[in-house]
Amino acid sequence: MHHLRDRGYVHPCTSEITPRSVYEQRRHWLKTAAGLSAGALTGWTGPGAHAQTARPGKLAALPSVPGTVAGAATMEKSTAYADVTGYNNYYEFGTDKGDPAQNAHTLQTRPWTVSVEGEVRRPKIYDIDELLKLSPMEQRIYRMRCVEGWSMVIPWEGYSLAELIRRAEPTGNAKFVEFVSLADPKTMPFVGSRVLEWPYVEGLRLDEAMHPLTLLTFGLYGEVLPNQNGAPVRAVVPWKYGFKSAKSIVRIRFTDKQPATSWVKSASQEYGFFSNVNPEVDHPRWSQATERRIGEDGLFAKKRPTLMFNGYGLQVGAMYAGLDLKKFY
Amino acid sequence: MDRPTQLPVTAPRPPAARLQPWLLRPAAKVTVFVLSMLPFAWLLRGVTLTALGGAVLGANPAETLIRATGDWTLRFLCITLAVTPVRELTGQAALARWRRMLGLFTFFYGVVHFLCYSWLDMSLVLGDIVHDIAKRPFILVGTSALVLMSPLAATSFNRAIKTLGSARWRALHRLVYACALLGLLHFFWMRSAKRNYAEVGIYAAVLAVLLGWRVVRRLRSGAGSGART
Repeated sequence: MHHLRDRGYVHPCTSEITPRSVYEQRRHWLKTAAGLSAGALTGWTGPGAHAQTARPGKLAALPSVPGTVAGAATMEKSTAYADVTGYNNYYEFGTDKGDPAQNAHTLQTRPWTVSVEGEVRRPKIYDIDELLKLSPMEQRIYRMRCVEGWSMVIPWEGYSLAELIRRAEPTGNAKFVEFVSLADPKTMPFVGSRVLEWPYVEGLRLDEAMHPLTLLTFGLYGEVLPNQNGAPVRAVVPWKYGFKSAKSIVRIRFTDKQPATSWVKSASQEYGFFSNVNPEVDHPRWSQATERRIGEDGLFAKKRPTLMFNGYGLQVGAMYAGLDLKKFY
Repeated sequence: MDRPTQLPVTAPRPPAARLQPWLLRPAAKVTVFVLSMLPFAWLLRGVTLTALGGAVLGANPAETLIRATGDWTLRFLCITLAVTPVRELTGQAALARWRRMLGLFTFFYGVVHFLCYSWLDMSLVLGDIVHDIAKRPFILVGTSALVLMSPLAATSFNRAIKTLGSARWRALHRLVYACALLGLLHFFWMRSAKRNYAEVGIYAAVLAVLLGWRVVRRLRSGAGSGART
């Protein structure tokens, strides 16, 4: 190789160029291999994954195809539907874990609109049924790590938020995306309690929002979202603590300023804008090095270690290269 | 020298009060013992069923256990502190015989609460526990409350009362008031994350009444008249 001193790039020489015939054969080989392995994988994981995330038969079905982005489906065992829908933090319906399942029946999910607004060329108010048809529904089996120190594995149905963002055409001023949840005191009994400021606001940097793993979510276990899980549409950002995944979204606003999110407003020394899952950065009042997997870890078993970026480091780590994660927690 | 099995002389009792003989029966004490064990028995049943795969303790059984044992420690503390006021207001001096047992149950649930935390949350790793106590103020306060309760439990039996003497024993056991305040602070601090103060308010009100009663009695009878705690 000739090492040309041209801004550090190492240029190959002409003798290294792959012959065209070889190049075209490789594409053929790759296509065949992909087809074979996909077929084999479908056969292998098909019945297993399907059985594990079988429909509970409680709500309307939401058909989907398995997601294919990197990190779309973890191999870990999914948390039981009863726990996913019975152990929730949704303070608009009460602060105890069982409150949302008990109280969220008052939530009205139809009619529902989501306003896409702010620094975009195509602002629009979407009806929920439009959003459901915007892009093919995928199943994503994600780990979910709550800041409190427990975690679950949840099979969601949705599509990458990027699909919606592309259609909105953010302008050059759009640096952040803000999510606003419903805060209707008539149907949500605890809106007005002092635990948080309402409405619940969350936000992401634009690149985080555009990441393929960020899911605009409509379903759970092959069915539409139960009310207590943030029906009819929510976000899921699996490499961040669970409170970043806003529920029951009514507004998605593109802005040039970092959104003032609810938990940062409530306790900025404890909760940061990024809130990436990070075992090396403790919460001021407890360690984040371990977690309890609901339904899996035995009562007397040692808690399991928490993974950097909740195990999605390969897919998302590059977004935070060079960022001091202890300072920007 | 005071002996708890004797009927103690107290401040003037209401004129209509009559000694209830059933309070003196051994069966009464056994009943109180059994009733006090019921919460523990219920939790033990929960642990067994959870180990067998059941969900009676909810999705996060460790948290349920830690919370429940903490609740019962506070409740028994309130019940124990209520013995003296109820005894004097109803004139049923015999209630005093239950105070020691109820106090020991408070300590028992406190120990089980700490054990649940150190075993289920911290996997009995001493280094982690010490680090946690230093890092989390509300755990430091809770541990202090338990530590202060220990000499009370250790000096609860008759020989200790004889050895210490009535005045010193009573002075030592006034520590229970500090335990009550620390326990309440521990609970308040734990709940402040979600600003969920409803239950904290109830315990605060109950303790205010129970401790306030003693303040009022002390002010009424004046210092130096040998007012009993």
